[in-house]
Amino acid sequence: MNRIREKFRELKRSGRGGFVPFITIGDPDLATTERLLIELAKAGADIIELGVPFSDPVADGEVIQRASERALRNGVTVHDALTCATNVRRHIDVPLVLFSYFNPLLQYGRERLAVAAAQAGIDGVLVTDLIPEEADSWTQNLLRHRLDPIFLAAPTTSDKRLARIAQHARGFIYAVSRAGVTGERDQMTRDAEALVKRIRSVSDLPVAVGFGISTAEQVRAVWRFADAAVVGSAIVRQIEKLGHPPDLVMRVGDFVRSLVPPM
Amino acid sequence: MRVRDDPNFRSEFNMLLRDYAGRPTPLFHAQRLTAHAAGAQIYLKREDLLHTGAHKINNAVGQALLARRMGKARIIAETGAGQHGVATATVCALFGLGCVIYMGAEDVRRQALNVFRMRLLGADVITVNAGTRTLKDAINEALRDWVTNVHDTYYLLGSALGPHPYPLMVREFQSVIGREAREQILSATGRLPRALIACVGGGSNAIGLFHPFIRDEGVRLIGVEAGGCGDSLGKHAARFHSGPESGGGRVGVLQGTMSYVLQDTDGQIATTHSISAGLDYSAIGPEHAYLHDSERAEYMQASDVEALEGLRLCAKLEGIIPALETAHAIPPAIRLARELAPDQAIIVNLSGRGDKDVQLVAELEGE
Repeated sequence: MNRIREKFRELKRSGRGGFVPFITIGDPDLATTERLLIELAKAGADIIELGVPFSDPVADGEVIQRASERALRNGVTVHDALTCATNVRRHIDVPLVLFSYFNPLLQYGRERLAVAAAQAGIDGVLVTDLIPEEADSWTQNLLRHRLDPIFLAAPTTSDKRLARIAQHARGFIYAVSRAGVTGERDQMTRDAEALVKRIRSVSDLPVAVGFGISTAEQVRAVWRFADAAVVGSAIVRQIEKLGHPPDLVMRVGDFVRSLVPPM
Repeated sequence: MRVRDDPNFRSEFNMLLRDYAGRPTPLFHAQRLTAHAAGAQIYLKREDLLHTGAHKINNAVGQALLARRMGKARIIAETGAGQHGVATATVCALFGLGCVIYMGAEDVRRQALNVFRMRLLGADVITVNAGTRTLKDAINEALRDWVTNVHDTYYLLGSALGPHPYPLMVREFQSVIGREAREQILSATGRLPRALIACVGGGSNAIGLFHPFIRDEGVRLIGVEAGGCGDSLGKHAARFHSGPESGGGRVGVLQGTMSYVLQDTDGQIATTHSISAGLDYSAIGPEHAYLHDSERAEYMQASDVEALEGLRLCAKLEGIIPALETAHAIPPAIRLARELAPDQAIIVNLSGRGDKDVQLVAELEGE
């Protein structure tokens, strides 16, 4: 069974958009991340993105950069991320997407990563800095282990590259709402809608829109033209702001519930 | 590549290199260094005599012409030692383009003179406090700016690294160094040199000198990396360093390039150390990785202490104060010359002048 495909089928049947939260693994610490993931599932996550911390996160704005630094200070590795997924898989059935820069995965080992991710119950892998022109062997490697290769497409992505993305991608395609790095924005631009249309003209896969989405209104706006909305920095900022209170997990859960538009 | 072959672009580029940057640069026969080594004849390719004081201006002029042709009104760049930042700020002033320079906080501290120069030239210098606060983090920040403002902004990358097509483009603009040197050494000595030596941070001055000699198999190509102050990871910027305790680089991906990268076992990019900000970088340009693996070029290391020795030696014997980056190439050049016969010649790329480093050297001597 492919959890991501099943999830989008289920969303389609119920006529609802998908809600996809992102958190960085190991922020504030690994044990809390596991509890947060379970809470995210309860709070209405349809898919969860697990961010692997990296020393040089060029696609990320300040909020996720700082989360990455906190996680690295905790010594979090790819191995820890996979252990974390294994542990929460016993409790939740939500599709999990590993969200990482290429180098940590490359050093872990391509084949070893695919084997371990599949065993850990991960469903898809998104590599922010792997271009589709260089992705042939990586994609084949994931597919052999029944993992969905997920790709980012931006408003600046050429038609030629979009066609290559469509050829490699499985699960869904992640549309970057605007030129730039991750981080909350007040306004959604028209760029996202135009991009989703372009993606739909080359692929039948569901499209999730992310980067800059931080309110329930924005999630609802995205649902009007795309299949799912990704919220990252807004949630990570809450985790940062709250620090280490005993009820952190519950309070993050409450915040996330406030982001999911009622049916 | 289409632009490269456009005669209008070429003639404007060549005109600016000649009338503005000051090309061709001399190939100087360094007789006292030669006598000191008591071996092969040592020649210095005097890129330090260029406008702004380093080879960086060659690439800055070329890419600024390209940016203007693309209709971009805003230029951004990273800088380590500040030489590329100064070169970029200079061409932006010349062309009337907006200019933002990203520089790590650590480099802002140790290259204060260049920060002031950039500001005088009208550039906005942004201090980067993220990560290791050096060149790598300045590049990260420039990349983030670029993806956000790509509609009106051109990223003028300063070394032969980063995503395609930068390594190729920078090599193209810098290979004027090697083309000139090849003609000059042939007319001075009637034959090709035995070796070329250049310092390697990202690797633009080295690849610029090496490229026109790649097919000359008798010419050894030698890159010198920053050996810093020790062998363990974090104490140097020697990506090709190997050995049991070396903490050397492994193949990895950083900033859109696959190359040798200093990193820990989990694939997190390591901190680096060098006395020279311009060599203080975790990865090396991908073409150097290729030349290394194909064994066409050799790479060695010079420590902080050796770089200081090289600077002093060149100053005292030739009356030329080289940049600390450049100075890394001098002690290995002396050692190599010593092993060779006096009828052979070697060329050292004197990639930049040392005015910017005088303060730092004075502080170190005061200790």
